[in-house]
Amino acid sequence: MHKILLASVALTAGLATSAFAEMTVGVSWSNFQEERWKTDEAAIKGALEAAGAKYVSADAQSSSAKQLSDIESLMAQGVDALIVLAQDTAAIGPAVQAAADEGIPVIAYDRLIEDPRAFYLTFDNVEVGRMQARAVLAAAPKGNYVMIKGSPTDPNADFLRGGQQEVLQPAIDAGDITIVGEAYTDSWLPANAQRNMEQILTANDNKVDAVVASNDGTAGGAVAALAAQGMVVPVSGQDADFAALNRVAKGTQTVSVWKDSRDLGKNAAEIALALAGGTAMNAVEGATEWTSPAGTKMTAKFLAPVPITKDNLAVVVDAGWISQAELCQGVSGGPAPCN
Amino acid sequence: MNTPAPPPAPGKRSLLKTLEIDTRLLGMIGAFVAICLVFDLITDGRFLTPRNIFNLSIQTVSVAIMATGMVFVIVTRHIDLSVGAVLALCSSVMGVMQVQLLPQLFGLGHPLIMPLTIVAGLLTGAAIGALNGFLVGYQRIPAFIVTLGGLLIWRNVGWYLTDGQTLGPLDRNFMLLGGVEGTLGDLLSWAIGVVLSGAAVLAIWRARAAKIAHEFPVKPLWAEGALMATAVAAILGFIAVLNSYEVPIGRVKRMFEARGEAVPEGFVAYYGLPISVLILIAIAVVMTLVARRTRFGRYIFAAGGNPDAAELSGINTRMLTVKIFTLMGVLCALSAMVAQARLANHANDIGTLDELRVIAAAVIGGTALAGGVGTIYGAVLGAIIMQSLQSGMAMVGVDAPFQNIIVGGVLVLAVWIDIQYRKRTGAKE
Repeated sequence: MHKILLASVALTAGLATSAFAEMTVGVSWSNFQEERWKTDEAAIKGALEAAGAKYVSADAQSSSAKQLSDIESLMAQGVDALIVLAQDTAAIGPAVQAAADEGIPVIAYDRLIEDPRAFYLTFDNVEVGRMQARAVLAAAPKGNYVMIKGSPTDPNADFLRGGQQEVLQPAIDAGDITIVGEAYTDSWLPANAQRNMEQILTANDNKVDAVVASNDGTAGGAVAALAAQGMVVPVSGQDADFAALNRVAKGTQTVSVWKDSRDLGKNAAEIALALAGGTAMNAVEGATEWTSPAGTKMTAKFLAPVPITKDNLAVVVDAGWISQAELCQGVSGGPAPCN
Repeated sequence: MNTPAPPPAPGKRSLLKTLEIDTRLLGMIGAFVAICLVFDLITDGRFLTPRNIFNLSIQTVSVAIMATGMVFVIVTRHIDLSVGAVLALCSSVMGVMQVQLLPQLFGLGHPLIMPLTIVAGLLTGAAIGALNGFLVGYQRIPAFIVTLGGLLIWRNVGWYLTDGQTLGPLDRNFMLLGGVEGTLGDLLSWAIGVVLSGAAVLAIWRARAAKIAHEFPVKPLWAEGALMATAVAAILGFIAVLNSYEVPIGRVKRMFEARGEAVPEGFVAYYGLPISVLILIAIAVVMTLVARRTRFGRYIFAAGGNPDAAELSGINTRMLTVKIFTLMGVLCALSAMVAQARLANHANDIGTLDELRVIAAAVIGGTALAGGVGTIYGAVLGAIIMQSLQSGMAMVGVDAPFQNIIVGGVLVLAVWIDIQYRKRTGAKE
């Protein structure tokens, strides 16, 4: 018995060294009905195929119970690493436990898993906030600022706000800018952002010189409220929504911070293969120690997003994210590539 | 079962008839075996590993427990659309009890937390079930409407109780009910297997003795023997499979580390029978006994076969309805207990769409929506078939939309085959 065990260990070790040829990476999606994950899947698949590894996946269809069954099933198929987009950050616990028992590494993809054994991969949301504030501050170094924040129930909203504050603080201390209005946006809904913006404009007799909005949806709401008053001021956003990029081309929005999900997918695949190959979590390139808001010490990698302004609009077209026709719809004599 | 045994056909009898095996049951087992073999072939033999069979049995428990109760509901020509929502509410009550209230009272990890939590869950389930039964039985509101309302009400009451938060971690003793955390190990599992086998043999023997005592015709002895042998082989085979699933080394290490010891060289442990599966077996046995051996069970099938006749013959069908729905509520609570312990948390979305899975399991298992016909083992088998289909397709990597399309198709197909079968055999619809 013992000898057989040793022999099989030696055999698996031998196999593991032959690159990633025989590796399988399992991905558990929380809800594949949402359109955006298709892009991520293509990126993960592409990176795995390039390394000669196999891709298997399961869709939990928004059920945390099904996600647990899915992960059990993926592990029964003998995956070497798991990439998990958790439906519920806490209820995913038993699945991470089971994977750890089997020695299978788990990557928390884009959404936090409160477990120190998971490797957290996402974009740096604090940095997104800094980029938004930086771009707006460059366009409007002095004046009255309005902060349109994200959903009060989303921890990301406060990360973003924190990053924005970091950049604006020196200008506030110097008395160059004043924050005249600040509002959370329930459920990130543009309609709520628009209503809040209208209230703030009314309260300040339209004396607003810049808007730091936390994403493109809320930016859209703010821009609509400004347009109703015939105003155009610097506005920030994030996600590189097609409508927002079009606004950047038109000049009604200053910046949209782009979190390229293909970058995220590619990184996830590469980290999964590295961890499955025996690399320690903290030895992954770019990995840092990070403490979650709930106090869990985790190993994480934060990807740097790209701020898209009128100066680098060509980036999104070159990357194939949006076609030139869509980007430049209704724009005449705008910035490159719309001129 | 519920229909009187047909008079023995004179002359030569076929093998199946001699064995007096329910051909319908045989067909379902055949379909199940076919599904397993097909998936096993596609997945290169990964579907029928001890590990996957262990996973499958754990995954089935929650729906199967509720399906046994749904049989009674459907047999009496009612329906319960609220089981998933009631499960969610019971789960949230149990979550609040063991995560928020009781630890404040007794301190974390107190041994009283688990029983009090379970009692609270069962009371919640029973109360909602009784209310449903009262509205259906005494107030004559159609069950479809009462429970459709319940589908909207109860899940959201649970949401309100917990503010939509995921509650966890659960009490340590409570988690034993969930599956992987609570297994019996190989020795105890064998012991239970032997006890169950003995019980099965005894049951078959006593049924024969009872028939002889009432001067009913009986099967030849060899047929009884074959039946006993099959039952024992099935039970022990299942235990043997579960016992051969080795506990992964990482988990063994963690167990020893928790006790501050090192793992002994060459140490191997086996999972064996999960407690949640044992709970399901116990419920299935008890429910079958209730259906066949108690007055309550007889009344259910009588009222389902012909409600008017049952009422005229003096059965209190209103109170019967209350009892049936109360039982359904209690089963929802038991199911919530298992589902929640498996997730190690109470999640707000727990049990979503379970009502449809439960009804589908009962119907695939041969419960007729027209009432009067249905078996407990059929419903459990129906739940197993549904879960194998879903897990198998997830394993093969069938696209999510196709998974649901196939499950839907199988449901309709199963009922169609059932109708054809009843037509051929001349049984009532």
